[in-house]
Amino acid sequence: MGTPLLPLKSGREAGSGFLRLFPATALLLFLVPVAAGLAATGLAAFGFLPALGGTALSLAPFREFFSLPGLSSSIGLTLRTGFLAALLSLGIVLGLCGTLYETRLFALLRRLIAPLLSLPHAAAAIGLSFLIAPSGWLSRLLSPGLTGWQRPPDLALVHDPFGLSLIVGLLLKEIPYLLFMTFAALEPIRVREQIAACRALGHSPGAAWLHILLPQLYARIRLPVYAVLAFSLSVVDVAVILAPTDPPPLSVLLYRLFTDRDLGLVFPAAAGALLQLALTAAAIGLWRIAEHGVRWALRRLVRAGGAPLPRRPRAGFFFGAAALLPAALSLGGALALALWSFARSWFFPQPLPVDWTLAHWSRHAPELLRPAWTTFAAGFLAAGIGLLLALGCLQNERVNGRSPAARTLWLLYTPLLVPQIAFLSGLQILLVRLGIDGTWTALIGSHLLFAFPYIFLSLADPWRAFDRRYRTVALSLTGSPRRSFLRVELPLLRRAVLFSFAVGFAVSANQYLSTLFAGAGRLTTLTVEAVTLSSGNDPRVTGIYALAQAALPLGVFFTAVALGTRRRFCESTHHRVNRG
Amino acid sequence: MRSRIRPLLFAATILAGLPAAHARELPPTWEGVRERARGQTVYWNAWGGDEPTNAFIAWVGRRVKETAGVNLVHVKLTLTAEAVSRVVAEKAAGRHEGGSIDLIWINGENFLAMKEQGLLFGPFTHRLPHFALVDTTGKPSTVVDFTVPTEGYESPWRMARIVYVYDAARLPRPPRSIPAILAWAKANPGRITHPRIRNFLGSTFLKQALYELIADPGRLTAPVGAEDFALLSAPLWRWYEELKPRLWRRGEQFPESGPAMRALLADGEIDIMISFNPNEATAGIARGVLPPSVRTFVLERGTIGNTSFVAIPYNAAHKEGALVVADFLLTPESQARAMHPEGMGNPTVLDLRRLSPEDRRRFETLPQGVATLSPEALGRALPEPHPSWMNRIVAEWERRYSR
Repeated sequence: MGTPLLPLKSGREAGSGFLRLFPATALLLFLVPVAAGLAATGLAAFGFLPALGGTALSLAPFREFFSLPGLSSSIGLTLRTGFLAALLSLGIVLGLCGTLYETRLFALLRRLIAPLLSLPHAAAAIGLSFLIAPSGWLSRLLSPGLTGWQRPPDLALVHDPFGLSLIVGLLLKEIPYLLFMTFAALEPIRVREQIAACRALGHSPGAAWLHILLPQLYARIRLPVYAVLAFSLSVVDVAVILAPTDPPPLSVLLYRLFTDRDLGLVFPAAAGALLQLALTAAAIGLWRIAEHGVRWALRRLVRAGGAPLPRRPRAGFFFGAAALLPAALSLGGALALALWSFARSWFFPQPLPVDWTLAHWSRHAPELLRPAWTTFAAGFLAAGIGLLLALGCLQNERVNGRSPAARTLWLLYTPLLVPQIAFLSGLQILLVRLGIDGTWTALIGSHLLFAFPYIFLSLADPWRAFDRRYRTVALSLTGSPRRSFLRVELPLLRRAVLFSFAVGFAVSANQYLSTLFAGAGRLTTLTVEAVTLSSGNDPRVTGIYALAQAALPLGVFFTAVALGTRRRFCESTHHRVNRG
Repeated sequence: MRSRIRPLLFAATILAGLPAAHARELPPTWEGVRERARGQTVYWNAWGGDEPTNAFIAWVGRRVKETAGVNLVHVKLTLTAEAVSRVVAEKAAGRHEGGSIDLIWINGENFLAMKEQGLLFGPFTHRLPHFALVDTTGKPSTVVDFTVPTEGYESPWRMARIVYVYDAARLPRPPRSIPAILAWAKANPGRITHPRIRNFLGSTFLKQALYELIADPGRLTAPVGAEDFALLSAPLWRWYEELKPRLWRRGEQFPESGPAMRALLADGEIDIMISFNPNEATAGIARGVLPPSVRTFVLERGTIGNTSFVAIPYNAAHKEGALVVADFLLTPESQARAMHPEGMGNPTVLDLRRLSPEDRRRFETLPQGVATLSPEALGRALPEPHPSWMNRIVAEWERRYSR
């Protein structure tokens, strides 16, 4: 199937040997630190950490962890918010495709994606709380005129006990991410042709989506959906800002234990980290089982003559609103942050600051430069190296077929599935032992652990869906795999390549815990500064850092989009191929 | 081979009566320390959540650069425990020299934990020339940290004191005793809160109440066991059971930290907040984060005071530079700057009587903050209870209310 029509002896052999190294290299780069980190955490979970006096293996850490007050509510809250956030974001994205594909709204969302994706999730969550809190901007705009509130109402609008605000905060980032992955996944599926074919057979477009297109689409975004589920179950920073505080979700509980002033709590914290790992694995397993159930139900539905589908315009309105809401909330939040950064003081119920000042910006701008440079350099290098690795692995797959190493590449997703703080605290010991903590190598390496899986995720589908006949023709025209790759395959997929680079950059720029551990206080990024300074709860300072934090990934995204849609580039490539 | 040499070295050290290995590496004289410190970069790990403190540390950096050629980098932390766990990780990895932290802002439980785990360098305060000016008798918390003797393993740099900040525009006469706070909350439900219990200000809120409610406050200076605690703290929980449903959000939700609580006061969600900074109200007004109508009060029977310290990890890479910074923090110039009400506004650790008239004038000419209490109104500080009280309060609170 993968053999070219024309045999190309020398070139193909040379290229494939080199490419074969990629999956193995990638696996080595990932498994060693992850395994080392997990091993250290696992040992601590069983009581072994000599630096803190733990020299014998025991089950005491588990006993201590399970006797924590409020643990069952904590786990319940985690599962409830995690599953609801993942289900809602997936449902909204799939519903949106089914009802609004190729409408103007769909095109608008496609354009909104880049800014929404690049807004760091902590900044989005802070913005959301500035917007919807009882003393937030919305309440200020309506008070006291419409609400009669002279003081903020005594309502738990953020940190609410059910976890609704946390779910909304998660949707702010998860809907755009899934939508982004969906856009990429839809490209190789010939949506228009398939709908037309169904129509010709007498089925509605709705039925075509439900029975023909959604299964194809879902199969392509399954891994990103798992990543979303795992993220919802283990996120720390968004949960600190929006989740209930007593008891908190499991992730926050573990974070508090790991950073408690009582150092002995590291042991039960490590035990809890193993539990969270098991919980995440079980949740994904459950999700997989549910997939089979849904498939079975859909099949029965087909046999019964198709589903009674809701009228498209009404359902479309609902899904459109549901998808635009995160955009509106993110934008409103970002605006609230921007206003705060120029406010001298702004007390409830003033709708806008009464005193404006540039003092906060002039005080903090010089201090932004160094972390901004670190963020940029680390993001650029991590995304660049990640992209090279991903291209190598995927091209190896295309040229050599899926080798055993390539088939184990799913292991690369472990950094996304393991609770970060658990595995990073173990990794920190490894970095210190190697004597490379606080160096660029450690920083970029640890960012790569998280950026690479996302790069691979966003690149793999478009790359695998690439029509092999292009390569066959290119090989015959250029006569070398290298030229075929550089002049035809890469340019044709450049949009996916540039976007995955931008995703990688955004993930790197977003890293908090890994920067903290690997940077050792020597190298610090805008995200670390933003999160640290936000512990001071001064919305003006938080505003400045959150905006600065969002600016870099946003710039990279816009550049990627601009480069990806340049027509001339594409045409000139065609010319070069034709001439070559 | 190494393992055979080590016992020998150990024996030799004891026989020769030499001080411990770490202290021996330092130059014997202060001049020698200063000389070696010149050009060093000192990484000071300190909580970064307070803007006036950040600005003060930046100023210290400029001054030690000018006066001693030491480069100071403020590594901003979200929690002091981050720095503690970094030292733990370094110890676990066997990096006993060249550690990444040179100086930590620390006190209380974090200090006790590091000292007990052997993670601190020292004793070192006897080497600091300006330590002689510290008022160790009038301000005993400069050498006894939460009842734990510092034994020279940490050096004080500012005094802290529990105060309550209130909005005088809404509350002209604040309640000035623990029972009065409950009575006021009964009449005005939802107008007071405290940070969550694992935040140090959350447990401090209860600790301060315990001081007034316990039959014999003298018991607080000694460690407490489980049975004694249940008996002695019973009045505290009777008081808190009544107060909790009358807290902000019916006591079901708590602000994450002190600054988060300050935002609630600023927007009128609450009327009273607890703070460990006697200058909180003035600094807040000056920065526009609190309305101009806020004022400060303390309880009639006194409030707890403590001290902020700096400590040096056992494996710090730049111990000489860290010593120079710790000493600079004790100079009259630095202490007067720290006390300025438009900056941090923290009272000094020094004994003003030991200063030259010229240096004393630095303190006498400081303006009085608009919302800061005079030293007379602040009164004498109550000593911190033993850390075991705090730990038991936290555990008992979680046992009762975390579900």
